[in-house]
Amino acid sequence: MTERHRDGRPRPLLPSERPIRFLTDGGTPARGPHPYPEPDPDLLLRAYRRMVVGRRFDAQATALTKQGRLAVYPSSRGQEACQVGAVLALDDGDWLFPTYRESVALVTRGIPPVEVLSLLRGDAHCGYDPHRHHVAPQCTPLATQTVHAAGLAYAERRKGSGRVALAFVGDGATSEGDFHEALNFAAVFHAPVVFLVQNNRYAISVPLERQTAAPALAYKGIGYGVRSEQVDGNDAVAVLAVLGAAVAHARSGGGPFLVEAHTYRMEPHTNADDATRYRADAETERWRRRDPIARLEAYLRGLGRLGDEEAAAIAAEAEEVAARLRAGMNADPDLAPLDLFAHVYREPTPQLAEQRALLRSELQAELHAEEVPV
Amino acid sequence: MTPPAGTTMAQALNAALRDALDGDERVLVFGEDVGPLGGVFRVTDGLTAKFGEDRCFDTPLAESGIVGFAVGMAMGGFRPVVEMQFDAFAYPAFEQIASHVAKMRNRTRGRVALPIVIRIPYAGGIGGVEHHCDSSEGYYAHTPGLKVVTPATVADAYSLLREAIDDPDPVIFLEPKKLYWSKADVALPARTEPFGRAAIRRPGADATVVAYGPTVPVALEAAEAAADEGWDLEVLDLRTIVPFDDGTVVASVRRTGRCVVLSEAAGFAGVGAEIAARVQERCFHSLLAPVLRVTGFDIPYPPPMLEHHHLPGVDRILDALDRLQRDDEPDTRHLLAGGAA
Repeated sequence: MTERHRDGRPRPLLPSERPIRFLTDGGTPARGPHPYPEPDPDLLLRAYRRMVVGRRFDAQATALTKQGRLAVYPSSRGQEACQVGAVLALDDGDWLFPTYRESVALVTRGIPPVEVLSLLRGDAHCGYDPHRHHVAPQCTPLATQTVHAAGLAYAERRKGSGRVALAFVGDGATSEGDFHEALNFAAVFHAPVVFLVQNNRYAISVPLERQTAAPALAYKGIGYGVRSEQVDGNDAVAVLAVLGAAVAHARSGGGPFLVEAHTYRMEPHTNADDATRYRADAETERWRRRDPIARLEAYLRGLGRLGDEEAAAIAAEAEEVAARLRAGMNADPDLAPLDLFAHVYREPTPQLAEQRALLRSELQAELHAEEVPV
Repeated sequence: MTPPAGTTMAQALNAALRDALDGDERVLVFGEDVGPLGGVFRVTDGLTAKFGEDRCFDTPLAESGIVGFAVGMAMGGFRPVVEMQFDAFAYPAFEQIASHVAKMRNRTRGRVALPIVIRIPYAGGIGGVEHHCDSSEGYYAHTPGLKVVTPATVADAYSLLREAIDDPDPVIFLEPKKLYWSKADVALPARTEPFGRAAIRRPGADATVVAYGPTVPVALEAAEAAADEGWDLEVLDLRTIVPFDDGTVVASVRRTGRCVVLSEAAGFAGVGAEIAARVQERCFHSLLAPVLRVTGFDIPYPPPMLEHHHLPGVDRILDALDRLQRDDEPDTRHLLAGGAA
């Protein structure tokens, strides 16, 4: 199936030469032309609300890390347009395949924040029910989940469900073999999957220049026969427009779609990282001026779709979310040590049953010791 | 369906796939060359013709992709049975197997199960060049969350593969290549013992030889040869390495008092070492001699013209028996204890 422009001309697999953008850095309308219609202002306002809430969530999670409530936290600050845009471009029944950095996307999907943070708090590898939310477990190995997304999307196509899958992946992970195998499988099997590369310029400390010699990561789709596009990832209007088209392409039987979103990780890789060792403050400052929330806010205010009152209400909602998150995370999680053995196999092997009995006796001995005054 | 007398293991596996595809729409077979070619060992012969390209199909040549794709398809409700063309070709998929296939149930606290079967033509003895003969069971057996199965008989090949496909957990299904053409008069479909039960292939009183997959026929051959030397060997076929049947192994060794563990894989840090340790822990007071391992050498799999030196054969087993203390031999334990007779 050949892609076609609205005027009927065949559309090449090649992405736009420059990242698609609707907004200038300051949030005023940017010049076109490009083939993507502008998203509805109601959707943009929803995105704004989710991005403000997401940023507050992210700041709260970072603070909780400093208090020792999280083992580690990879911040999404600066990448809210990508994470929120991806979720809003999908229907609730569509599947997400997130990495460890996608906490804001998962909160946007509606997963309770405490469940989102289980992995990073350390009480469970995956705190939520993947089937209930149509969200795969957050993936720590790089790019492995992209192949799962291709397989799941193909399964949905086989079932005729009309559902699509979206796999998040970072710039560093595009160097992994599985990223290529996923694009290839998805293309060969015509799987309705969108690969969203959040190019945030650094894989921990390694800059993009050391990651790839390609003119853009979006060009990686061409070799597999996958339609690709690049977008300004800090422009929520552009992200929603391009992802909307990508999802429609996949859902309508066009096969996979690769989107590279050019963005920037404002914070270090995680709270354990020292970003001053590998990048200059001036660079971070340049990206601060492209802040995705400020840009969208300026645009919505310019449109007359956002006033002081509504902005204050959204900020208040974000504070409430943060307060609930603090309360939830300050309560100690319910831990069930014997469950360690419950989900290795559906039925524990005899060896696991023995080991479960050993742990049980250790726990009983601990309880007993607590009862005895020393 | 009852195939003619003298069914090969490859035919039994083919029948198992055919019956599984017939019985459950969710079952899919895919991998490299499994479609019209029928697999390089013809285990998937005729499946595409009978069930169509939607049910048995070729994929791009990429093992990690095949297994990762199977993960997604299993999450989407299918029951993939994938083929890794040869044992050592599976290594690109090892990350998918170890990090996702084995762990998805655990990571999601039981909410996402992966009923995937990964079929791997396995081990040596067929004169294959390098990367075609590895005994890789140790990698998989050491990875919690996987079941590891290797049939030694034609009936088990059919039955264990059907059970693997029905299993709610992922199964690494190791098919001993050199037994693909072994034959037996078996009426299919045949059902044997379930996972986790070892089988006593030859009862005996003097020593237990624990074997699995490709070494079971070798153990039986050695038992015949040893009978001439007065040994009555019991030959035990594990059938499934995970789950492991402690009960049958322990009962046998307690009865015989001696144990030899047989495997093609390198002995160091292998499945054989695990079995020997378990036997020693559970049967110490019944043992009349140390538990011995008879294994391949701790070397990369050798070139085909040298593989017969590497693979444990009847002679190496008989040599091991010589090292097992016999009741009719002089008791030398006092010498070890310092000579105070």
